[in-house]
Amino acid sequence: MTTALILVPIVAALAVWALPLPGRVAGAVAFLVMLAEAALWAVAVWRFEFGQSLQLVDRQEWFSDLNVSYHVGFFGFSLWLAGVTILVCAAAIAYAWWANRERGRAYHGLMLFLTGSVVGVFAAQDLLLFYVFFEAMLIPLYVLIGVWGGARRVQATVKFVIYTMAGSLLMLASIVVFGLSQGTFDLVESGRSDSNWIFLGFLIAFAVKAPLFPFHGWLVDAYRESPPELSAILSGVVSKAAVYGLLRIGLAKFGQPVDDFQLAILVLAAVGLVYASLLAFRARDVRSVVAYSSMGQMSLIVMGLFSLNELGVNGAILHSVAHALVSASLFLLAGMVEARTGGTSEFAHIGGFAKGRPALATVVLTVGVIGLAVPGSVVFAGEFLILAGIFDEGWWWAAIGAGAIVLAAMYMLRAISGILHRSREMAAPVGARDLRPAELGVLVPLVAGLLFLSAWPASVTERSFPIQGPALEEAAP
Amino acid sequence: MISTPSLDWLALGPTLALLVAAAAALLASVLVPEFLRRGTAAVIAFAGFVAAGILGGWLYTEASTAQTVVADSMSRDRWGALAAIILAGAGALAVLVSWGERRADHAGEYYALLAAAGAGMVFFVTASNLLTLFLGLEWFSIALYIMCALDTHRATSLEAGLKYLIVGSFGSGILLFGSALVYGATGELSFAAIAETAADDDLLLLAGLAMILAGLAFKISAAPFHMWTPDVYQGAPTSVTAFMSAATKVAAFALAYRVLTIGFPEQEHLWTWAAAGLAVASLAWGNLAALVQRDVKRLLAYSSVSHAGFMLLAIAANNELGGRALLYYLIPYSAMSIGAFAVVAARERQLGRLVTLDDMGGFLWERPFLGASMWIFLLGFMGMPLTGGLLGKFYVFSAAHEGGWTWLVIVGVVATAISLYYYLRLALAMWTRPDPALRPVVAGGAIPRDPLLVSAVALSLLVTVGSFVFVQPLIDLARDAAAHLPL
Repeated sequence: MTTALILVPIVAALAVWALPLPGRVAGAVAFLVMLAEAALWAVAVWRFEFGQSLQLVDRQEWFSDLNVSYHVGFFGFSLWLAGVTILVCAAAIAYAWWANRERGRAYHGLMLFLTGSVVGVFAAQDLLLFYVFFEAMLIPLYVLIGVWGGARRVQATVKFVIYTMAGSLLMLASIVVFGLSQGTFDLVESGRSDSNWIFLGFLIAFAVKAPLFPFHGWLVDAYRESPPELSAILSGVVSKAAVYGLLRIGLAKFGQPVDDFQLAILVLAAVGLVYASLLAFRARDVRSVVAYSSMGQMSLIVMGLFSLNELGVNGAILHSVAHALVSASLFLLAGMVEARTGGTSEFAHIGGFAKGRPALATVVLTVGVIGLAVPGSVVFAGEFLILAGIFDEGWWWAAIGAGAIVLAAMYMLRAISGILHRSREMAAPVGARDLRPAELGVLVPLVAGLLFLSAWPASVTERSFPIQGPALEEAAP
Repeated sequence: MISTPSLDWLALGPTLALLVAAAAALLASVLVPEFLRRGTAAVIAFAGFVAAGILGGWLYTEASTAQTVVADSMSRDRWGALAAIILAGAGALAVLVSWGERRADHAGEYYALLAAAGAGMVFFVTASNLLTLFLGLEWFSIALYIMCALDTHRATSLEAGLKYLIVGSFGSGILLFGSALVYGATGELSFAAIAETAADDDLLLLAGLAMILAGLAFKISAAPFHMWTPDVYQGAPTSVTAFMSAATKVAAFALAYRVLTIGFPEQEHLWTWAAAGLAVASLAWGNLAALVQRDVKRLLAYSSVSHAGFMLLAIAANNELGGRALLYYLIPYSAMSIGAFAVVAARERQLGRLVTLDDMGGFLWERPFLGASMWIFLLGFMGMPLTGGLLGKFYVFSAAHEGGWTWLVIVGVVATAISLYYYLRLALAMWTRPDPALRPVVAGGAIPRDPLLVSAVALSLLVTVGSFVFVQPLIDLARDAAAHLPL
């Protein structure tokens, strides 16, 4: 089951590359594969017994002398992360198909490959396998940004790859040392380690991926130069690989080092949260707002994880799922705005989209308002849980978090009004049309997901971790 | 009365098969009519390599215990047998890559030399005393010198041959001098006997060991003994480069581990440090110099220096895992190396000149299969997933850590990070379609069809990816082979 979830997109990618299909047809095939993948995921949810630990396990020995195996399976929380991955990637592929990207075969093959490797990251229960998927993610991202990106794509790609690879190669060193000292690379069988150095190797890899302050240098360029649907995947789901890693490896395998570094990480996360929120408020274009807000929200999620209690971790998972949807929708919207303004989303050149474009205005407003954590929304629920969790570590952390929510409201409202209202003389081009049905079709599932979770956030929070016992212990059997 | 040693035909089998092939190819280039010459010689050489591989496999299964045969001059063990199999595979691929070169003259000699070089290497990895070591070394080196210079109409080829000859002879000379010193210190030639008689703090012996190590470092192109590598790799005919880059490394590494562990176990604390030093130098020099290369073959040459550094980690580790790691690493590395140079050769034949990074522009769109394969080979060099390159690195890092060289793992990781820059530059260049005005002109109008080269690339691809998926059987082979060295 789990293997099928990983392999279906990857095999489909190979097929799309190998078969001589026209670009449009390749897009259609990719989209159909994603629908099948979503159906598979639904079956997985149906079979999954929430409240239990690791399930849907597939295990096959890979090489025995170092005890490395192909070992995949899902916890409740990783099943949700995989689900949101599939949803976001399906939306992204649908949008790319509709936008008719050049060299469609290569493009859609890479997108499918990316989907498969992200799902693989969330399912991996072996350290080396985790590394394999973690790195495999990077290959399509590198090409997608470097070939289909905007004008400054080469710079963006090089920055992105060097940051992430420097981080993940340190992780490889950590994996080697950890696995050999444990005698196995299996995440279920291995015990805990007290080595600060090993922990740091993992931590830096995830801090770059998330990104945490001060490892965010690659962020804006990559998010701004990518095709919009790729930015959606990058900020929506690829960053969540860091959440999974921090939870499944960081918190679960390193008791003492986590305690030792908790303060430092919380400080970095708090700094990143405030700093990114301020930058988002000052940003010149829509994409940068979403990019910095994404960094801020990831910092908040990390704060939730490192509150080290059930409330905070549960909130972090809920917020990860919600943020994936918000961020993906916003990047896709930014792309749709760009498509109507000749490629720019700078506030100086846009505005007035609300007039005569009701669908666009409605979607922007809905997503934006959910994104700024209006009470009753899923984002509010997630942030509330995180703040409640972090409150145990000291009220000042919660105060910083709450302050950042105010900042989020500020930048989000600024972005909404920047797109929809504001400028009269720089109004949107007269000919720019409202959202096409296809665009709406891409966005509606994401928004529907947000509304569903807003109505019933417990669908995630009560189904992420086993019922009994503290979440953290159970994540680390 | 001279007593003749008893011959072990099976142990000699792979070498003899290739020697016979070399002789037959040479005869064919005289006896066979001209229009059939190239084909006949190529088929004979290919058959020789295949036969050597099969005999190597047979030897592997038969040699359940390690022993020395033919008057203790060569070893009959799985270490040598597995190395012979890898060498045979590399040689067979090299024949396929060479075919499309369509050399008009010296075709028969070329394939004869290829088989002779292969024979020398297969003999070299089984050497168990200093004489056979030197004999094997010169045997394959001389064949390679000639092959590098075989394109006599190209000045760069002649230059490559001459450079390789001079620098290589210097390396061989040092190795020979070292052997003499070791013999002087111990009065013994065979590795095992040297280990028994060697005094721990004999300066003469240590000087000899250092010189043997330096001589071998020339062959594995480890910095600072790598200076010939970029020029020779660039100037030699690309099919020769493909063969050299893979086979020379396999032969020299396999033998180096053998002579060090069997011959100098007492001096372990010294040569592991020497290997570590060479590794650091190769990783640093190879990767930094590769950053500024414009010529693809030079770039790959520096990359091969850096890979020598990774493999030296396994030697520095000096443990059972290290032996396994080395042999495993060599399998995908050889495939990637031959495959990558084959793709470069294809581009070269298409353009009719040496290939720069810009010349690779848009290659992926022009020839999707070769381009995609090159991508996979580059991913393998980087140590990215879906290729055996990742697991090779993983194994040598593991071995180094287990051997107590954790800081070397960090060096290796940093070197890998640097290497990404140039590999990815080449990889991305293949995606970007150059301006039509700048697009390289295809020499002779159409892209030459070369099914044999394509099949060589496909086989290399198969090994590169296959060694990622099916690790267990390869590791089992490597483990049994490494068990025959005193690790």
